[in-house]
Amino acid sequence: MMDLHAFKPALLWTDLLLFGLLLALLLLAWHIRRHEHLAAPWRKVALSRAGMVSATLLVVFAGVGLLDSLHYRPALPEVPAAQSARGEGGKPAASGEIRYAVELRSVLDLLLDPLPSQVETTYSAPMATRAFSKTAIEGGEGGAVRDFPRLRYGGAHLADEGEAMVDDIGWRVARGALSGLACGFVALLLLALLCGPLQAAGRLRAWLAGNGEDAVHWAAWTLLGTAMLGGVLAWLAGGYHVLGTDKVGQDVLYQILKSIRTALVIGTLTTLVTLPIGVVLGIAAGYFRGWIDDLIQYLYTTLNSIPGVLLIAAAVLMTQVYMDTHPESFETVTERADFRLLFLCLILGITSWTGLARLLRGETLKLRELEYVQAAQAFGVSSWSILIRHVLPNVMHIVLIALVMDFSGLVLAEAVLSYVGVGVDPSMISFGTMINSARLEMAREPMVWWALAAAFVFMFALVLAANLFADAVRDALDPRTRVRGVA
Amino acid sequence: MIAYITRRLLYAIPILIGVNLITFALFFVVNTPDDMARMALGMKRVTPEAIERWKAERGYDKPLVWNAAEEGPRRFTQTIFVEKSAAMFAFDFGQADDGRDIASEIRSRAGPSLAIAVPVFVVGLLTMVSVALLMVFFRATYVDTSGVVLCVALMSISALFYIIAGQYLVAKVWRLVPISGYSGGIDALRFLLLPVLIGIVSGIGAGARWYRTLFLEEINREYVRTARAKGLSELQVLFRHVLRNGLIPILTASVAAIPLLFMGSLLTESFFGIPGLGSYTIDAINHQDFAVVRSMVFLGSVLYIFGLVLTDISYTWADPRVRLE
Repeated sequence: MMDLHAFKPALLWTDLLLFGLLLALLLLAWHIRRHEHLAAPWRKVALSRAGMVSATLLVVFAGVGLLDSLHYRPALPEVPAAQSARGEGGKPAASGEIRYAVELRSVLDLLLDPLPSQVETTYSAPMATRAFSKTAIEGGEGGAVRDFPRLRYGGAHLADEGEAMVDDIGWRVARGALSGLACGFVALLLLALLCGPLQAAGRLRAWLAGNGEDAVHWAAWTLLGTAMLGGVLAWLAGGYHVLGTDKVGQDVLYQILKSIRTALVIGTLTTLVTLPIGVVLGIAAGYFRGWIDDLIQYLYTTLNSIPGVLLIAAAVLMTQVYMDTHPESFETVTERADFRLLFLCLILGITSWTGLARLLRGETLKLRELEYVQAAQAFGVSSWSILIRHVLPNVMHIVLIALVMDFSGLVLAEAVLSYVGVGVDPSMISFGTMINSARLEMAREPMVWWALAAAFVFMFALVLAANLFADAVRDALDPRTRVRGVA
Repeated sequence: MIAYITRRLLYAIPILIGVNLITFALFFVVNTPDDMARMALGMKRVTPEAIERWKAERGYDKPLVWNAAEEGPRRFTQTIFVEKSAAMFAFDFGQADDGRDIASEIRSRAGPSLAIAVPVFVVGLLTMVSVALLMVFFRATYVDTSGVVLCVALMSISALFYIIAGQYLVAKVWRLVPISGYSGGIDALRFLLLPVLIGIVSGIGAGARWYRTLFLEEINREYVRTARAKGLSELQVLFRHVLRNGLIPILTASVAAIPLLFMGSLLTESFFGIPGLGSYTIDAINHQDFAVVRSMVFLGSVLYIFGLVLTDISYTWADPRVRLE
């Protein structure tokens, strides 16, 4: 019965905000495209190889995160009336009514199916076919033998694990690489068609060969490379646990992919808090001066003087108290975790707007003395119009640079905060919770290294891409770097 | 000068009052002491008597800001705000949940914290400046470019990785130092070596890159061109002129961090089991000991503001053009 009732879309707060932010970004991009003076600096980003490669990687990460943000609740298989007494939320279900699972699933889960449900008993090494520790297996002649048992899913399709496994892996890698490459080409072709169907072929050729001026072909090849890697991973994941499994037998690759969303949410939604407070207060302090300036300066010095981690810890502890004393406000575990994630973004935003406000205050102090602002004042233009028309557009580059620069710091902060115990909800998969639960495994003999290594490698890739992209954006947008140049 | 410093110190008072009000609001108004008691005692089947006892033991059984049951000024003083929050101005932090005096705990833990934080700060600063100068000396060559790339890579690695990998390699595989722990006296060196090393390495990426930008800004100035024109060698230019002027922003930024060294490092101390203020804070967060977290927030703010004043003073010392009025 595959019909419309097979699932029910579910919208978490973070999903809503994430897609809202995406929409805002697309609108901003469209606006910038239409105005040459705004688009010119961004074209400089296209000249930077590191900028293009990192931007492509970020887009891939964002794609994974967004797919993981489309949540739904699958319909439960129909159960006989007698068993349905303990229906969802304790309410008895009426017959014929479709009931939906309490657990939220995302489109990413659907695409990765059956990876999320292929849970082993406990640890297993990457690409392993046997478990990590010995257990008693029923021997052929009645007695129990202690040996490494075969995994339930990893390499389960193989009859023997020697020669056949090497062949199988080689075959999967080859098929994966080819199909990934093909997918990458199709994606590029679609993109080329989207940019204008007329010269799509020529554009595609320019993207791949490069025209000697910009670095767009670096982006195209990065895309093809990631597509190939993705294809290989996908084919291997079909038969093995590519990155092994953790203590409860959950696939590490799956957890990594889920962590990307958490990192993205923390890195981007925090800006939704930082941006309005920082921009409004920073510009107001610089433009109006006097007691407004004093008040705003007092506000940010006070907030700044509280050590960031401690303020976050205090606020998160207090939310925890609130969540524990009001369990009725949260229907599901996911909603609860989502609330805490959103709150963490709020707190991070409240502690991190001060830097932006201080920068903007300084810049506005300079701008308000410039002739065009003075001329506008002399003409009797209202303060509000001056701020919107003359000041805000001229500090926008600072805002954009600060936002891009903040992202990587926030992703790193999430891991540290989750380690301290004031990060995301323990039930939510994130780089921080992965590292936190895996760090004791280093003491095991032999060592369980894969979960930790995978979390660090992927986090490193995400943060490095963000840092390189931020550098490219700063170089392109910051007017100081245009004149300065390395001697 | 003295008048200026006095004014700056007076200016700190409203900020500290603000910090105090924020912590008071966070810890007592957003969630009442009843909520805290219920959480500390476990959520299920908590009797009202148990809650009252928990509150009375910690002195949380008074009204928040106005005690109507008392007479005269005691209406103000016999409240949670005065006894728990305002009392911190006198560095009276009260007791932790395990019954120990927080102030004496802070005194005994400041030593180990400083033993890590000071070497990390001093050696780290020297290393970062040296690396930055090296990159500036070889500017626009492969040494410089690869140095910057390395810096960006280093700063993209999580601090947790440095600690975990360092602990694994140096302490577990090579067995050069103990994995964790602490002891007093000269023996402490064995325990401090690795945390200090890790602290320096984890900060180097961001620091060296920033200092490089500062030095590069100086190197295009006219006085540098004059120095070269009068025949100074590149090394002399770097050390006599660029370093001295580039150090001004570095010094003032570092001076602000000096008082906060007392707070120790949250991560390093808790990973290496060093009984400093950082691990004290982490333990308090994990045990949800609100009294300790509150005290550390206040202490941190006091030290931060002290750092701001020090920064202003260091300006005059580093840059003779600046006069404080």
